[in-house]
Amino acid sequence: MGVADAVSPTGVLDSHGRALEAAVVKEALADAGLTLADVDGVCHPMSSIQFAEYLGIRNPVFTDSTMTGGSSFEVHVEHAAAAIAAGLCDVVVGVYAGTPRGDRARGSRRGPRGAGNEPLLEWELPYGIRMPMGPYALAADRHMAQFGTTSEQLAQIAVTTRAWAAMNPKARYREPITVDDVLASPMESSPLHKLDCCLVTDGAGAFVLTSVERARDLPKPPVYVLGAATCHGHSMISQMADLTVTPGAVSGPAAFAMAGVKPGDVDVLMGYDSFTITALLHLEDLGFCAKGEGGAFVEDGKTGPGGSLPMNTNGGGLSYTHPGMYGMFLIVEAVRQLRGECGDRQVSGVEIAVAHGSGMVLSCMSTLVLGTEAAL
Amino acid sequence: MTAPEPTRLEPPPPSELTAPFWDATRRRELLVQWCNSCDHAVFYPREVCPTCLGDDLEWRTAAGTGTVYAVTVEHKPMDPRMRDQAPYAIALVDLEEGVRMMTNVVGCDPDSVTAGMPVRVTWEALSDGRNLPQFEPAAG
Repeated sequence: MGVADAVSPTGVLDSHGRALEAAVVKEALADAGLTLADVDGVCHPMSSIQFAEYLGIRNPVFTDSTMTGGSSFEVHVEHAAAAIAAGLCDVVVGVYAGTPRGDRARGSRRGPRGAGNEPLLEWELPYGIRMPMGPYALAADRHMAQFGTTSEQLAQIAVTTRAWAAMNPKARYREPITVDDVLASPMESSPLHKLDCCLVTDGAGAFVLTSVERARDLPKPPVYVLGAATCHGHSMISQMADLTVTPGAVSGPAAFAMAGVKPGDVDVLMGYDSFTITALLHLEDLGFCAKGEGGAFVEDGKTGPGGSLPMNTNGGGLSYTHPGMYGMFLIVEAVRQLRGECGDRQVSGVEIAVAHGSGMVLSCMSTLVLGTEAAL
Repeated sequence: MTAPEPTRLEPPPPSELTAPFWDATRRRELLVQWCNSCDHAVFYPREVCPTCLGDDLEWRTAAGTGTVYAVTVEHKPMDPRMRDQAPYAIALVDLEEGVRMMTNVVGCDPDSVTAGMPVRVTWEALSDGRNLPQFEPAAG
């Protein structure tokens, strides 16, 4: 371990906020004989993503913003130690900076970010970008400019996903749609049309996870977590290095490697579809097709009912439900498909299902590879 | 004299960190930070360099030219003050200095803005005397 602290006998520090966090991180790394480039895990009691972006910690694969008050940092060490032992990551930094006396003297009660405004308010929102749609629209535009992806191809994802929703009695929208319907729906943030965008609905979900030993004694057949990995990049879209490659290009292959599976082994893909472009990027980053070929990949409807890669079989965020943070529903549907509980939309012989969540503005990706007993 | 009504969500009053950037916009000058330790431009402004954690950062005047990396045309703004300005172009622009910023591209049909388009800085007056950096097509 390396450690550092910053305190003063006066009880007041001149530095505060991110500058203070950076100073103690730098010192702790030096203490450990490591550099920023070695860091692949971050713990921060408020926002590990913003913290990592600010300090330039690239693509951490372990992230923890658990907030348990004063004990947060012991919890972070516990989680980090477990993560390192499990091989999820190698070098984790955790940090805390609180300057209540200095903040009072500076006339700020805002604490950690007292040295600056919320970056989003200062550098993005004044330009009239719509959240969260605008950042995804920029990603779609870049994908089109770089690879020739078309609005028709993106629309096909909405059409195919609606075909699954038609078989889900709980889906918000079940009427079939066509590519022309998507293209004729109002333009929101170009190139995204209304039907390229997820719903706004109420919704709730939960999961219970236990040991293999206990699970085997329970009434329903166990679903196993075969692999799991996470990675985050930017916090703001203007800080995303390549708008066509998400951190899923790290988390996906890592989760598949842990599970010992290849994309071709996946029977059902639950890929977070906040927008059509989101789902397309997952297909590429998880290795179901090459980078840039997502448009051509989805064109023939192979992610729909009867296709070779059933994707978002519940009807997705595009047609089933989307209360704001949709990732829970990916897990629920993946488990139900693995147990054969999906009625009309059940895919036959599902042994491996992937739930791939996407957070914020393509910022944080987390991939779960789930399987039945047969997949062990 | 009363200040003009804001026509958009204006950036908050500058912090100590960002004051040099916003003060320069009053002179219609675009600044970016430069890390003297590792010789990189830094944007958005930070207290430490996100490449080397160095804190020897200085403000430099940017050339004010760049290239559109990606663009979206907003048809239904969140900000009610911007509704009658829609549709307008929001772009990520790669500055010559090697950093990227979000901005609007103005002075042309928003649908004509494309990735790869060369642009140069122009300014929109904010209600407090600062100016918001915007970009316009550089050719022509």
